[in-house]
Amino acid sequence: MFEPTELNAHNWRIEQGMRVLFLGMTLLLVLPVVIILAVLVYKGGPALSWAFLTENPTGGMTTGGIFPALMGTIALVLVALIASIPVGVAAAIYLSEYAPDNWLTRLINLAIINLAGVPSIVHALFGLGAFVLFFGFGTSILAASLTLAIMTLPVVIVSTRESLQAVPQPFREACWNMGATRWQTIARVVLPNAISGILTGIILEVSRTAGETAPIMFTGAAFFLPFLPESVFDQTMALSLHLFVVATQVPNVPESLPYGVALVLIGMVLIMNSASIALRMVLRNRKKW
Amino acid sequence: MSDSAPAPVKEIEARKLSVHYGRHTALSGANFDVYRNEIFGIIGPANSGKTSFLRVLNRMDTFTPGMRFEGTVMYRGKDLRDWRNLYALRRSVGVVFPLPVGLPLSVYDNVALAPRLRGVRAKAELDVTVERCLRRAALWDEVKDRLGALGSLLSGGQQQRLTIARALSQEPDLLLLDEFSIAVDPVTTMRIEDVLKQLKSEMTIVLVTNLTQQARRLADRTAFFLQGQCVEVGPTNELFNDPQHDKTRAYIEGRFG
Repeated sequence: MFEPTELNAHNWRIEQGMRVLFLGMTLLLVLPVVIILAVLVYKGGPALSWAFLTENPTGGMTTGGIFPALMGTIALVLVALIASIPVGVAAAIYLSEYAPDNWLTRLINLAIINLAGVPSIVHALFGLGAFVLFFGFGTSILAASLTLAIMTLPVVIVSTRESLQAVPQPFREACWNMGATRWQTIARVVLPNAISGILTGIILEVSRTAGETAPIMFTGAAFFLPFLPESVFDQTMALSLHLFVVATQVPNVPESLPYGVALVLIGMVLIMNSASIALRMVLRNRKKW
Repeated sequence: MSDSAPAPVKEIEARKLSVHYGRHTALSGANFDVYRNEIFGIIGPANSGKTSFLRVLNRMDTFTPGMRFEGTVMYRGKDLRDWRNLYALRRSVGVVFPLPVGLPLSVYDNVALAPRLRGVRAKAELDVTVERCLRRAALWDEVKDRLGALGSLLSGGQQQRLTIARALSQEPDLLLLDEFSIAVDPVTTMRIEDVLKQLKSEMTIVLVTNLTQQARRLADRTAFFLQGQCVEVGPTNELFNDPQHDKTRAYIEGRFG
């Protein structure tokens, strides 16, 4: 008959305690998310309708829909992605696969991490100075999207680099030993196995880009513009700024309206995230070692 | 080699070859030749510099941090340092290391990779190459029905034979085998050994092995490495039957302490 010693029992109690502690912290983390979603659905749900999504705001933005803001946010995110993904992924490939391990590379890596820590309002001022004024794009989708792209580049670079580094080095060496060039190795072995991680980085970027307010306020987002932009050189409304406006700047807004806008913004991010996660799972199921 | 045979062509000439990893010296001052179309065996205990020699031949120092070599190694009459196109060098040298790396590609793609890197596109040609290489590596019968399965998910011994097939698919001039049979059962090992005996008409083979009997069975000439020194090189029969050094004798008689 096995009798646990005092030490066994002691370890068992600590084990249980740790479990409860970590579980508690996880729940604490989940709680705000659940509450936010619940409040948004409860208060903003009544505002949602097909008309809400497809009509222009009316009555000094107290009635009507959010169509221009919704389309504006989609346009801003798309242009920002088009600008940042090629640059970010290419830079990450260089840093991970080509760059020698020397002080310059380490300095660049440090700079990228610091760039990620720059407050968004600083990026906004940079975008205003660089894209709106210096390059003469004016307050426009282009200027706002490029500002967003610069702001989110570090996220793309860091996450892409990390997913490239997660591909085991022996795979590269096996390829090199067969006479494959760096690029052949990247294209045939490294990238196909890193793609799911790279997509994760892009998901993060989309979520961040869609919700940012400060960087687009000065560079391209309009307070009120009841029609769609015709080109990237036009201004546009955006959900995040619209939320700020109807929540704080406009009198006599029905309570459900800002909650409805917030719900659409979060819903948009969630839908994009789920689509990317689904894509990621399809890609991941094909491989692994 | 009979007396009437022409003088052997030197495929590799190592002169005062030393290999260092940072401050650690793995091989120092080795001098020996490897002849074309022979199987050259290298035996010796762990840490004797056998693998380091192979790594130099493929210029792995260019991507191994801290690794460098001194002295000269002539390969096909040209100093290894003068091979400006390292990709061409590595394509002509096939390597199999003891820890097999099945690339995370299908079995078929693993073996078709080298021909594809050379620019072969035709499916029919690739099919022929893949089957020939897998047969030579004694793996064909086990994988012919699942060529689409992931190479990285095969068993250890199968992955090892997969890397042999992959090295053969390079159609190398020089094949470097480092403990190729470490995870392979004895029967399959014998089948591969038979293939190697045939292959030496097409290529030069350097065989690093811990199994002294394997060197005895296969190698035309054998070198004994010990603690980073090349102690003795000679025709396999002479080295095993009449070693010039006491240490060689001690090692091949298994009296090594």
